[in-house]
Amino acid sequence: MKKGVMRPGHVQIRVLDMDEAVKHYTDLMGLIETDRDDQGRVYLKAWTEVDKFSVVLREADEPGCDFMGFKVLDEEVLVQLEKDLVDYGVEVEQVPAEELKDCGRRVRFTVPSGHAFELYADKLYTGKWGLSSVNPEAWPRGLQGMKAVRFDHCLFYGPELAATYDIFVSVLGFDLAEQVLDPEGTRVAQFLTVSMKEHDIAFIHHEEKGKFHHASFHLETWEDVLRAADLITMTDTSIDIGPTRHGLTHGKTIYFFDPSGNRNEVFCGGDYFYPDHKPVTWKTEELGKAIFYHDRTLNERFMTVLT
Amino acid sequence: MAGFQVFNRTTGDDFICQEGQSVLKAMEQRGLKCVPVGCRGGGCGFCKIRVLEGHFECGKMSKRHAPPEAVEKGEVLACRIYPLTDLVIECVPLPEAALAKQTTNR
Ligand code: FES
Ligand SMILES: [Fe+2]
Repeated sequence: MKKGVMRPGHVQIRVLDMDEAVKHYTDLMGLIETDRDDQGRVYLKAWTEVDKFSVVLREADEPGCDFMGFKVLDEEVLVQLEKDLVDYGVEVEQVPAEELKDCGRRVRFTVPSGHAFELYADKLYTGKWGLSSVNPEAWPRGLQGMKAVRFDHCLFYGPELAATYDIFVSVLGFDLAEQVLDPEGTRVAQFLTVSMKEHDIAFIHHEEKGKFHHASFHLETWEDVLRAADLITMTDTSIDIGPTRHGLTHGKTIYFFDPSGNRNEVFCGGDYFYPDHKPVTWKTEELGKAIFYHDRTLNERFMTVLT
Repeated sequence: MAGFQVFNRTTGDDFICQEGQSVLKAMEQRGLKCVPVGCRGGGCGFCKIRVLEGHFECGKMSKRHAPPEAVEKGEVLACRIYPLTDLVIECVPLPEAALAKQTTNR
């Protein structure tokens, strides 16, 4: 049941070299740099997003994901969800307003899979990039590279999926859209949504805590995914796999890596979800097909290459 | 011919690496698979090798997978090293990857 969590709002990604990373996320992927702060972090957004930023890059000596943030409806919801998390036994940390520029206070917590998440209600509304909100044109000119449409979701790898599921579903009001079950019926992958999308966040079972598999960005068409693949070759960017289709969610996809080894995805299409939908189940026996629908074989790199 | 000879002692493969090219990229270009290929960005630790002989330059690598103590001993990430001389390398087992494999085969 919905509890007022609206959508993925941001992700903070650690990179080894800021200049290389900014070039990758802007020139190649088409995100727009919107700000920098005195810690040296760089703020980016995709053009259809209405808030000031959705991706924050932080230079560090180890790549990976610091946290992912979800935007909630308003301050009242934030207060309620914070209370619900605490009542559920989740330890929460207060991150003051403006710790990220032009973002309101954030409530941060770590789930049993080892990943940090945040809830927040306010961020500076800057509107879609390059378009008026009155009589807008179809798209803005001057977009770069893949012209990513929006930050869409993340996939994380870690243990304790059941306990993580409980927090997202029971406390935060996410729904289970898709899952992978092993022969004993244990859930080894969970795709969770707070929207009509097939997933706003996903987890795959892995022994080590807190691993980052990918941050994903939406494109409109299969042609755009193909064009993204062309750009990956033109820029000699490290490719993982694709263009292909997922079994899970049926999205059409390509995976590649940023210059620090963090995996990115751009994708289009895929199934939709309404709250009366029952979860779609894939079995581990068909895991190859579940992940890459055309190859139908388990892809070692997909399962083990993480930051 | 320009470039440096890289010899993988574990597998017996050898290949030429051009100046300024990473060892992993040179290997991939030759169609060899004697070092595991992951992110190619110094982030995942998949391509860890030990350099037994020769000199090289290092690009930025994840400290988690290539801490300074290990780099001292020649344990580096093949996607982020650029030979300055001929190299002799060997494969390093991957504890994390092995672990992950166990999990997914469950
Ligand atoms: S392939 Fe990922 S660190 Fe070299
Ligand atoms: Fe994805």
